[in-house]
This record gives sequence, structure tokens and C-alpha cells, in this order.
Amino acid sequence: MLKLTNINKTFGDHHALKDINVTFNEHATTVILGPSGSGKSTLLRSLNFLEQPESGLYDFDGTILDLNKPVADKDIFRIRRETEMVFQNYNLFPHLTIVKNITEGPVQVLKQNKATATEKAHELLAKVGLAGNENKFPSQLSGGQAQRVAIARSLAMDPKYILLDEPTSALDPELELEVLKVLVEIAKEKRSMIIVTHNMAFAQKIADKIIFVENGEILFDGSKETFFHSDNQRINDFISAMTFTDI
Amino acid sequence: MQNVLQYLPQLLGAAFKYTIPIAVISFVIGIVIALITALIRISNKRGVMLVVKAIFRFYVWIFRTTPLLVQLFIVYFGLPYLKIAGIAPDGIKLVPFTAGILTFSLNTGAYCSETIRAAIIAIPKGQWEAASTLGMTRRQALQRIILPQALRTSVPPLANSFISLVKDTSLAASITIIELFEVSQQIAAANFQPLLMYSLVALIYAVFCTVLTFIQGYLEKITSRYTIA
Ligand SMILES: Nc1ncnc2c1ncn2[C@@H]1O[C@H](COP(=O)(O)OP(=O)(O)OP(=O)(O)O)[C@@H](O)[C@H]1O
Ligand SMILES: [Mg+2]
Repeated sequence: MLKLTNINKTFGDHHALKDINVTFNEHATTVILGPSGSGKSTLLRSLNFLEQPESGLYDFDGTILDLNKPVADKDIFRIRRETEMVFQNYNLFPHLTIVKNITEGPVQVLKQNKATATEKAHELLAKVGLAGNENKFPSQLSGGQAQRVAIARSLAMDPKYILLDEPTSALDPELELEVLKVLVEIAKEKRSMIIVTHNMAFAQKIADKIIFVENGEILFDGSKETFFHSDNQRINDFISAMTFTDI
Repeated sequence: MQNVLQYLPQLLGAAFKYTIPIAVISFVIGIVIALITALIRISNKRGVMLVVKAIFRFYVWIFRTTPLLVQLFIVYFGLPYLKIAGIAPDGIKLVPFTAGILTFSLNTGAYCSETIRAAIIAIPKGQWEAASTLGMTRRQALQRIILPQALRTSVPPLANSFISLVKDTSLAASITIIELFEVSQQIAAANFQPLLMYSLVALIYAVFCTVLTFIQGYLEKITSRYTIA
């Protein structure tokens, strides 16, 4: 379980996260929604210290870190090992083949042996529908394929939590669908995923829980049924704006 | 023409004895210096490292803002007057070859460190973040992800630096090294054919550098293979 208590993050004089309190459950898929610039990415990135909040408590599976003080490197490394970020623009390593992209973390960080890691990488590629692409380079893949490799790369670390920041918003609709299908399959395995997305249909399908962020604050935290049948004016405006642009 | 070509063996002898060894040795040492300098300058460590960074920044600045010929003169003619009690009470006297290698290495090192540093800085932030999220340390990220990419993009400008260095070794004539250009001067003084002699030596430099541009092209091709879609 990941639990944030009174988290604050500022960029210069911009207060990006305001006293955030939220819990992300294990074996559940949490979807973070909210308008552009509301702080969704900042919240997600804070979970594996790509951003470092200035204050608050971070409870990572019972280890409580006080963010008011400098966090020890070993705590950061431990948390990063158990949380994997999937980025909007994939961030594959362009100088490594697809299979090496996937084995790099397990071999270098988890110290797995190469043969085991490679075998696992082949399995994961098959799982995301990319068997046969092992020895290609990232530049030879379509966006949808690249993002599926990035997902396989994160799965290879066998993390407790997978964090995805708008994983499909750089993709054309038909490529988006192939990535979303993979994510829906992974969600069925009851992994712990936290996903930022602008795709309402996808959110509705995959979410166990929805968090709605606006202006650095959490306006809603609950089930998708409640969210999509909310009587909150702000939430309804957001949903209709989002679904309208989807049409 | 015929009587100028007879000097070719002598000129090539000087090229292979001094010009090429000085260029190659200086470049190898220069690249090592450049890599160390670049890594120190991008380090985000604090404390004593800030002083070290300032020293390396000063080194790069001084070698990039002064003429190479002046640097050679300071090292070869000037350092003998630098008397340091206990360490070098009689001044620092270097033989011409060593003074040349030292100066060329430091000079190339300064320029190439900027090339490598720029290439590291140009790697998108997302590459660092992807390495971080896998749990890599900064050192692992540098070694495995950032440097391999940065060094590939550094190949063309580093090759240019090497080609410049080959030509710059002609300045070693001024500190009494009997390299290619010095030999051509000696011959020209004796046979009164400066136009032909210096044209011939220019041609020799041109041939060497042309060969290097072919090698550069080949290196660029193999190192950029992964980016070809
Ligand atoms: N590194 C940064 N430096 C300065 N300001 C930043 C930085 N990162 C984010 N911000 C600001 O913080 C606010 C929240 O940004 P964030 O990226 O978390 O929003 P978001 O909800 O993910 O938006 P989007 O849907 O557009 O991705 C924005 O106003 C943004 O401009
Ligand atoms: Mg965002």
C-alpha cells in the first residue's frame, strides 16, 4: 500500500500539489484523472521520486519516509526498484536492442543472470504481442510497439506498482488500442497499477478506483461508479468536456 | 618537380617518426583527459567537488582562450624558469617531444571535453529518468545509458578534433621537433624551392587528413546504425 499524507510540492511559486492525502491500494488499478496542468504527473512522479515533494509523509508498504527531511538514497533506490514508471514518450534506450532494453534493469540492478533475464524478456515480449522483435532497435518500432516494449521493460523488474503517465496520448487511435488492450490484460492479473489518462472510456473500463485532481488538490477519491454518476458539477463538467472531445 | 619528389622519403620518414606518433599519442591522452574533465564538470556532487570542478573549468577556459603556439612556448621555453623549491628547484625542463605531447594532449583534452560534455547534456532527460526508474544509480545510468549514447554523437566532432590536431602538430617545429613541417623547412632552405617544398608538404597533410575523413565516415556509419529506421 502506498499512502501519501499532507504532501506538498512547489515549482518556484507554483503550488503543484497542495496537502495531498491519498492511498493507493495493492492489487488494484487506480486511475488519476484531471484537467491539464492539475498536477497528475507531479503526483505520479512523486511516487518514485522523479519529483521530490518538500513536505509530507510517504508510507511505502509500512516504511514511512518523512519528506520534510532529505530522503536517504537507499530508500529512494528501494522504492524505485518496486515501482516502475511507464512514460508518455516511452523513453526506450535507443542504443540497445529491444531485448536488451528489457534485460538492462534485471541484469544491472537486480543482478539476475543474463540467460534468465533474456528468457524472461522473450516471454514478456510475447505477452505484449511483440515476439520476433527481440533484435530490433527502438527506432524500428511504431509508437504503439515502443510503448508495449516499455511496458514489458517495466514488468521485467517485477515491480509491486506500475506507474503509467498518459501511456497512450502520443499514439494514433488504432495504435492506442493495442496498448490499452495489453494494459487491460495486465490489470486482470491484479497487479497494482496507477494510471494517468485522458481516455475516459479506458478509465471506465480499467479502473478499480478513480482519483480526480484539480489545481493540485484531490477533488474526488472513490469508485468509478460513483465518479461517473456523480452529482458534483465540476466532475460532470470535466466528464462531459472529455467525452465531447473524444467524439 | 622531379628533384622535389626525391625528398618524399625523407618527409614521410619525419611524418611517421614524429607527426603521426605525436598526433596519435596526444589524441589518446587527450580523450582520456576529456572524458575525465567532462564527467567531473557534469557531476552534481557538492563540497570539495565544487573546488575540483572550478579547477577543471579553469583548465578548459585557459586552453581554449589562448593560442596553441603560445601554449607550446610556455611549456617548452617557459617552464624551465618555473622554479619550485623542493619539487623542481632548477625549473621544469622537458625534452621537445614530451613538451609537445603534453601541450597537444592538454589542448585537445580541453576542446574534446567540451564536445563530450555537450553530448552528455544533450541526452534527453527522459533517458536519465528511465534509468532512474529501473533503480539504477547515477553512475550506472551514466555508464550504461548516457555515455554510450553521448560518445556515439561525439564521434564526428571528436574526429574533427583529431584532424585538426594532425595539422596542428606542424607547430611542433617551433619547439625544435624535427617533424614533417620542420624537415620541409630545412630542405627548402637548402634547395631554394620553397613553393614546391611547402606545396608538397601541404599535399602530404591533405592526404593524411583525407584518409582520416574516410575513417570518420566509416565510424559514423557504424555508430549510427541503431538510429537508422
Ligand atoms: N519541472 C517543472 N518546473 C516548473 N513547473 C512545473 C514542472 N513540472 C510541472 N510544473 C507545473 O506544475 C503544474 C502541474 O503539472 P503536471 O505536469 O503535474 O500536470 P498534469 O496534470 O500532469 O498536466 P497534463 O495533463 O498536461 O500532463 C503545471 O502548472 C506545470 O506547469
Ligand atoms: Mg502530465
